[in-house]
Amino acid sequence: MTTQTTIAGHDVHVDDEGFMTVYDEWTEDLGRELATAIGIDELTDAHWEALRFLRSDFAEQGETATLRRVAKIGGIPTKQLFVLFPKKPAKKMAYIAGLPKPHGCV
Amino acid sequence: MTATETTTPTVPDFGDDETDRKICFICSKGTLDMAYPALVMANGALGEGVETHLFFTFWGMDMITKKTMDHLKFTILGNPATHMPQALGGLPGMTGMATKMMKKQISGLDVPEVPEFMELLVDMGAHLWACRMSVDMMDLEPDDLFDGVEDIINVSDFIELSDGAQVIFV
Repeated sequence: MTTQTTIAGHDVHVDDEGFMTVYDEWTEDLGRELATAIGIDELTDAHWEALRFLRSDFAEQGETATLRRVAKIGGIPTKQLFVLFPKKPAKKMAYIAGLPKPHGCV
Repeated sequence: MTATETTTPTVPDFGDDETDRKICFICSKGTLDMAYPALVMANGALGEGVETHLFFTFWGMDMITKKTMDHLKFTILGNPATHMPQALGGLPGMTGMATKMMKKQISGLDVPEVPEFMELLVDMGAHLWACRMSVDMMDLEPDDLFDGVEDIINVSDFIELSDGAQVIFV
């Protein structure tokens, strides 16, 4: 089910877990708010490189990139993704980038 | 899709506080089709922030032996789930052909081959262990093993390190 809510003054649609469901409702400002909400207080250039890849890849592929895809196609080493988005990088990146959780297994 | 309104945004629970979950896979098979289940599940566990160990024993040693890890095979023989006549499986070249077909399907899903998959798991923080008895039985040296293997350990070491873990035998 989709819920309409307000995050930092932006009206957005989210799913039951809080992941945004409408691609175009997202902005980089909103991304910063979402990051803070899950304990990532500062988004560095390295974070943005991963997030922008996720956004543009979603626009082309219609689904959220898995960690392997971010590493292989996006060129960001897996190890680094675990440093930038600790523990659950794939889900955390998707959340901050305003995208659904990745569906692929690998 | 129904939309309801709420004023408090939901924030997903990424379980950052739960740090005690641990999962151990015992990899005991050396065929291509039996290598992947543990690799895929380990990848999933690591992606969920779970401490993950893989213990390789008996035929599973082929998954971490440099000479064999890139040459695991899939055979129709003894595997009725292929829905192929078993007599076909015994013909020369059939195992090679079946292996090629399975590898094609796997790469079609953009899933890496075994050596690259091992590298990926290590990069994600997996701990790989080789079984002492299997190493001795197969006359292997530490240099024969994939570089990501942390150590050769005996069964009591494994029992100790898997304390409190969920253990999955493949």
